[in-house]
Amino acid sequence: MIRFAVVVFPGSNCEQDVVWAARFLGHEAEYVWHGDTSLEGFDAVVLPGGFSYGDYIRTGAVARFSPIMSEVARFAERGGPVMGICNGFQILTEAHLLPGALLRNKGLRFICREVALRMEESVCQWHDIAPGTIVNIPINHNEGNYICDSETLDQLRTNGQIVLRYAEPGGAPNGALDDIAGICNERGNVFGLMPHPERVVDPAVGGTDGQPFFTAIVNRIAEVAG
Amino acid sequence: MARYEIFVTYKQGIFDPPGATAERALLNLGYEGVDSVKIGKFIQLEADADQAAVAAMCDKLLANPVIEDYRIERVEE
Repeated sequence: MIRFAVVVFPGSNCEQDVVWAARFLGHEAEYVWHGDTSLEGFDAVVLPGGFSYGDYIRTGAVARFSPIMSEVARFAERGGPVMGICNGFQILTEAHLLPGALLRNKGLRFICREVALRMEESVCQWHDIAPGTIVNIPINHNEGNYICDSETLDQLRTNGQIVLRYAEPGGAPNGALDDIAGICNERGNVFGLMPHPERVVDPAVGGTDGQPFFTAIVNRIAEVAG
Repeated sequence: MARYEIFVTYKQGIFDPPGATAERALLNLGYEGVDSVKIGKFIQLEADADQAAVAAMCDKLLANPVIEDYRIERVEE
């Protein structure tokens, strides 16, 4: 049985959905308070969405210094799988576990709706969806406008670190560079995305396109464990 | 105790949505001379710290060096 750690920061608000989604798919998931300092016994870590520390200074800027984050960095360094969803993605960029940053949406509007996304050929360990597949997953954010310098963008493209892109008419609804909706690190174990896969795992409430983002990593961990 | 004023702005070339919106709004209001508006943050800091220490605070927390530049001014009493 694979155990997910779902980190709760002050101001997180999607942690229950993530725990629920993991359990719905038959996995174990527990909350880990941001002030804790151990990830002992966990196989994968999810930083959920929300407004950690009220988004003060910048989104994720304060949360990255939470005590648990040193342990998340060590866990990632050892190759442990870490996924940051929405505010979790913002925290991962602030913590420099992923490159770039997330600016305020172009158009200044908070966007909350389902979007079409194209899965790219990437090294990401967090899903097993065929490249080119279109998935429909909701986004729900004010700062999803991904940006990085051109050198970093070249590296992301060359290394297969762009995991999914907005596939909407008119491009990224938030203005994200190169329509980027999610990226991973070079090893593919650290993954950040603006859409919320935890909200589309149950066909009774919106669809199942988010399921692979929880099941693929479980299969992969099981394979490695033999 | 020293007083500092810190100005945090987006790096050159980083799109600034609030600035661009304000720029458009000013033009719409008929201020034809407006060429560019950039919106950033202004931080007042009082601390028993020298300029280098304040720069370290900026690098670590107050600004994100990936997207932002900052300028520190020491305010004379």
